[in-house]
Amino acid sequence: MQIQPILTALRKHRLATMLIALEIALACAVLCNACFLIVNRVQQTRVISGVDESALAAIKLTGYDPARGVDLNARVLSGLAKIPGVQSVSAINQVPFGDHAGTAGITTDPEGKRFGGVVDFYVGGPGSFKALGVQLVAGRVPQPGEYQPVDFFVPDDSAVWVTRVLAEHLWPGVDPLGKEFWTGKFHFRVAGVLAHLARPYGGEGGPSTIEWSVYVPAQPGAQLAAVYLLRADPARLPQVLRDARAAMATIAPDAVLDSKASQTIGSLRENYFRQDRVMAGILVGVIAALLLVTALGIVGLASFWVQQRRRQIGVRRALGATRGDILRYFQTENFLIVSGGIALGMVLAFGLNLMLMQHYELPRLPLYYLPVGALALWVLGQLAVLGPALRAAAVPPVVATRSV
Amino acid sequence: MLGYYLDLALRSLKRNKVLTALMVIAIAVGIGASMTTLTVMHLLSGDPLPGKSGTLFYPQVDPDPGPKQKHPYDVMDYRSAFDLWSAHRADRQTMIASSQLRLTSPQVNLPPLMAKALSTTSDFFPMFDVPFRYGNGWTAQDDVSRARVAVISSDLNDKLFNGANSVGRTLRLRDTDMRIIGVLAPWRPSPQFYEVAGGRYSNGDTASFYGRPEDVFMPFESSLEVNSGGMNVFTCWSLPDPAHLKTAPCVWVAVWVQLNDAAGVVRYRHFVADYAAQQKAMGRFAHADDTRMPSLMEWLDYNQVVPSDVRLQTWLAFAFLLICLFNTVGLLLAKFLRRAGEIGVRRALGASRTAVFAQCLVEAGLIGLLGGAGGLLLTLFGLWLVRRQPVEYADLVHLDTAMFLVTFALAIAASLLAGVLPALRASRMPPGLQLKTL
Repeated sequence: MQIQPILTALRKHRLATMLIALEIALACAVLCNACFLIVNRVQQTRVISGVDESALAAIKLTGYDPARGVDLNARVLSGLAKIPGVQSVSAINQVPFGDHAGTAGITTDPEGKRFGGVVDFYVGGPGSFKALGVQLVAGRVPQPGEYQPVDFFVPDDSAVWVTRVLAEHLWPGVDPLGKEFWTGKFHFRVAGVLAHLARPYGGEGGPSTIEWSVYVPAQPGAQLAAVYLLRADPARLPQVLRDARAAMATIAPDAVLDSKASQTIGSLRENYFRQDRVMAGILVGVIAALLLVTALGIVGLASFWVQQRRRQIGVRRALGATRGDILRYFQTENFLIVSGGIALGMVLAFGLNLMLMQHYELPRLPLYYLPVGALALWVLGQLAVLGPALRAAAVPPVVATRSV
Repeated sequence: MLGYYLDLALRSLKRNKVLTALMVIAIAVGIGASMTTLTVMHLLSGDPLPGKSGTLFYPQVDPDPGPKQKHPYDVMDYRSAFDLWSAHRADRQTMIASSQLRLTSPQVNLPPLMAKALSTTSDFFPMFDVPFRYGNGWTAQDDVSRARVAVISSDLNDKLFNGANSVGRTLRLRDTDMRIIGVLAPWRPSPQFYEVAGGRYSNGDTASFYGRPEDVFMPFESSLEVNSGGMNVFTCWSLPDPAHLKTAPCVWVAVWVQLNDAAGVVRYRHFVADYAAQQKAMGRFAHADDTRMPSLMEWLDYNQVVPSDVRLQTWLAFAFLLICLFNTVGLLLAKFLRRAGEIGVRRALGASRTAVFAQCLVEAGLIGLLGGAGGLLLTLFGLWLVRRQPVEYADLVHLDTAMFLVTFALAIAASLLAGVLPALRASRMPPGLQLKTL
């Protein structure tokens, strides 16, 4: 196949060629960036919570008299434990993907000078450590004596369990066991390291701080009441949660069940990421519409060219060109135009990415998106031009003898 | 002439239905996508109090004794807020804090519910043009005497009293009986501007600013007694004692002032600055050089109230419209050049270039009109999809007259824009060459 005559013919249709190439370029830029955004969103929804999501549910009460927290705890803990299918029930201040209730800044010195970042404290009663199902990678599990009473917020001086990510942030490259940190007057000593434990809400410092969590064992009381962690067999969990929610009316008539927060951790997770999934869905829709419009544009213009060149095609056929030659001519022509568009589109894609990076917290577009986007557009172009090209190939040689 | 061109355009569009359909679809899809996102943008970025927002201001001081921060806190500690409010130096002023509390109504047989409550002062209602259905707000005297009175939303009135006039009836809020003195008419400011704060910590996820107003409004001091320990706190600079929120090292009270003239604004700016300086002299503030007083719209901008996802969608939609336009330019070019012979005859019979150009543009405009109609349907469908999304502003989304007109204006403008280049091309064709090949 000779490219020279195709290029010469294209030069005659400079404007139309340029338009299609520009359309392809824009499509390439939007396609690459939209795909990148989708992948980013989907990655965000893959946060490892570090807990047994399928076996856990939360019950949250509001509206009770804070002075009666101790009594409420006693009633709810014993009441929920009686529900068939409940494996364990424990008090906790917050759960992953739920409302946050223990966010505070920490320092790695008692004077409060060396700021360690804003972290989330999971304050859990007896049984909660085991129920959460967190994976211990160093140190030991909390001992019964370490669940201390809370006057305010957390026990004054406690052994704590930090995530690997947080330990690496606070003490890079050092064994974190036995290390200390402070929040105001509260003192903490690391007794163990957890593989993963995501904070309830995405970290303020962006996705890298999502695992800045600390587990603090504590005794349920007025300061640790109203949120309860239920553990049950995953298959029975929805039923157990339904029963537990229904039972609250009799166990704690003085409190109001927070319906939105009293869910399985799985549902909480789903709600938490719903907006991201919706956005990913919109992006997929945009990409589909984009490809469709681009393809239609190619079909329209190629059809026009085929009709315009019927006589030339007839002449070529009469001079001995095969159907395959004609077909390949239009395919090659399309390939050349799309390639030109892609070349420009890659530059545009990077420009668009730079713009998005400024306004949204997005990393740089990885290079491998470009060849993938290019391939998609090449395939799209070839599919779109196939119809008109086949029609062109079907032009009989006899056309050449008519109406010249 | 226009009628004749329209007739010609209709004939030409009918001649190649596939090509026409492709162009109309491209315009319709592009317009549908961009108008859907533009309508959402328009609703979310609009002025919540048109005509009045220019007189509302949001004073800020920095009560944090620690190292100076880049920006003062978004809300104030109780002491600063109370001092500014009780000075009564503005035309109107109000304090605002929010909370949740348990609500029952002794006369209504419904299970207790958690109500969102707003603690505020008497000026709140006239200041923000809050509409009343029954009764009215409380008086300045009620603020001082800590009256046990409440104003409820129309939603809550519908839920508890089936929309009947409930003025004079009683609500039990936590453990206190409060008398209802006013019921609001449906009120849905977009965004819920008086409570906007903390936007810069939200990572662009600001949909919650578009939630519904509270169900219960109470005098500020009364609410502190009724719901002690239950107030929502923005943040604390050291660990607080929640039982004594008035003196706690926490920020949780917003102050709004209404200043009707420019001189008043200048005076009030000085007043806030002087107040901060005086507090610094007393040793209560560490920083007095960064007092601010943005207007309502400035404050909304500072908090970037329009969710970043919505802005992203708008950008995407317009990139998409641009691609649709390129597409239409290409197709129009094909369509016009295909009629080269016809145009050649017209030119030979004496039509000027301008006449051919105008005829082509009329045809492009007609395509725009058809595309606009399709785009309108797609916009309505798109908005229906947005309403089904689980976001706070879903119920606000609708197509108003302005956006309805913009849809057609944008569609016709887009198609005319797309038509200019092909029409120019068509009008410049040398007539002789075309006639020869007929």
